[in-house]
Amino acid sequence: MAGHASKQIDGKTLWGGKMSPFSTSYGKLMMWFFLVSDALTFGGLLVAYGFTRHDYLGSWPIGEETFNSLPFLGHGYPLIYVALMTFILIVSSVTMVLAVEAGHRMDKRGVIKWMIATIIGGFFFVGSQAWEWSHFIHGSEFGKVELADGSLAIVHGEFGEIESFKVTVAGDHHQVGDEIKAGVHGVTQADLMHDYQHAAAEGHIKDGIITLHDGSQAEIKKSANEHMELIVKESGGKYEMGTHIEEGAAAMYEEAINSGEAGRLIYGANLQQNEYGPQQYGQFFFFITGFHGFHVFSGVIINIIILLQVIGGVMHSRGHYEMVEKTGLYWHFVDLVWVFVFTFFYLV
Amino acid sequence: MERDDIIEYSLDAHHSEEAGVKIRRKIWFVTLLLTIITAVEVALGAMIKQGSGAWPFVKWSFIIMTLLKAGYIVMVFMHLGDERKGLRYVILIPYFIFMLYLIFILLWEGLAVGEAWAGAAV
Repeated sequence: MAGHASKQIDGKTLWGGKMSPFSTSYGKLMMWFFLVSDALTFGGLLVAYGFTRHDYLGSWPIGEETFNSLPFLGHGYPLIYVALMTFILIVSSVTMVLAVEAGHRMDKRGVIKWMIATIIGGFFFVGSQAWEWSHFIHGSEFGKVELADGSLAIVHGEFGEIESFKVTVAGDHHQVGDEIKAGVHGVTQADLMHDYQHAAAEGHIKDGIITLHDGSQAEIKKSANEHMELIVKESGGKYEMGTHIEEGAAAMYEEAINSGEAGRLIYGANLQQNEYGPQQYGQFFFFITGFHGFHVFSGVIINIIILLQVIGGVMHSRGHYEMVEKTGLYWHFVDLVWVFVFTFFYLV
Repeated sequence: MERDDIIEYSLDAHHSEEAGVKIRRKIWFVTLLLTIITAVEVALGAMIKQGSGAWPFVKWSFIIMTLLKAGYIVMVFMHLGDERKGLRYVILIPYFIFMLYLIFILLWEGLAVGEAWAGAAV
């Protein structure tokens, strides 16, 4: 394959010294050097992640507990989604290498076909990452809870649906006796959930009474949460780190919800706090997957540009498809990085 | 002008239809391999909980499988296996030396810092 042709090359395409080190082209060698430097950047990020993780040990989130959702299907599918993302990226790497192979046979139609497939795979990956981020930022239905002894725990279970808020004290918008429920006055189930989580995080729920944005108070009508399990991530005294609590878990969770104290519940993630683990966990998630996602995105753009050149016949009249090979190197590198992110962020 | 000082040059890395069939077969074989490794990783991750007795074994097999995947991607998909030996070593050896050093020093340091914090909190 590469590096094994014996055709004579005219002086103009050679390097300044009329030689080609490692019998490779200038562009390809520079691409390799760039990839080594980029690999050092990603290596640095992942090692920094490892450092922080070894700092925290037991309280660090576990991938299969954090990433266990699928679009439309809900929870209970540990790591399936990221595995699917990994698979998509591997397949798009395969289609890319097939485009390179077609280029070596001067098969223009083959190059176009496989590059289009690669670009589609790239868009699928970026889209999947957008869903993953959105899911990570919005968080779970339960959030992270601070128990009565100060222990922090993540929660698994089935969230009981919120039926309605029945207003008992009037505020700016709602009258006494109003029943705020999904399907009435344009209110959706997501709105109820949002109000509920917001109030719980701010400490605006006390003994089953929620204080809404407009200052009105309402009685919460909601089905009970079921199959509750608390996993202690940080000990507050009574419970050891890593303890799984099932008996009385529902009551302990309700106590925190109904405490009226702000900060007992954390939902989702931002750069200051997140429901999954220490602050740095969220920061590393956003930075590492974000930096990688940006690489994928720019890879898709570069692939599109090269595809347009291929369609325009630029490579064919040049007599070789080396440009496809060079963008291919970048694209495979993106896949390579994801293999490591997948292992060290999600698996171990 | 005829030159005899240049023997090989990758710009003209063309191959025939027959060679293409062989190369494509290799590509699909590697695809299958990478898919199987990923599936095994997910299955192991879902079955064996972190902190259980078998976990250290699983963790190390994850790392080995990752390096295996990375090796196939770099050597086959990125064609580094087909490049000159010199180029291969220029790229891989400095990177590995530096990364192994960095991994060792920072993970070790991370554990030490974690212990120091735990001690300070008591």
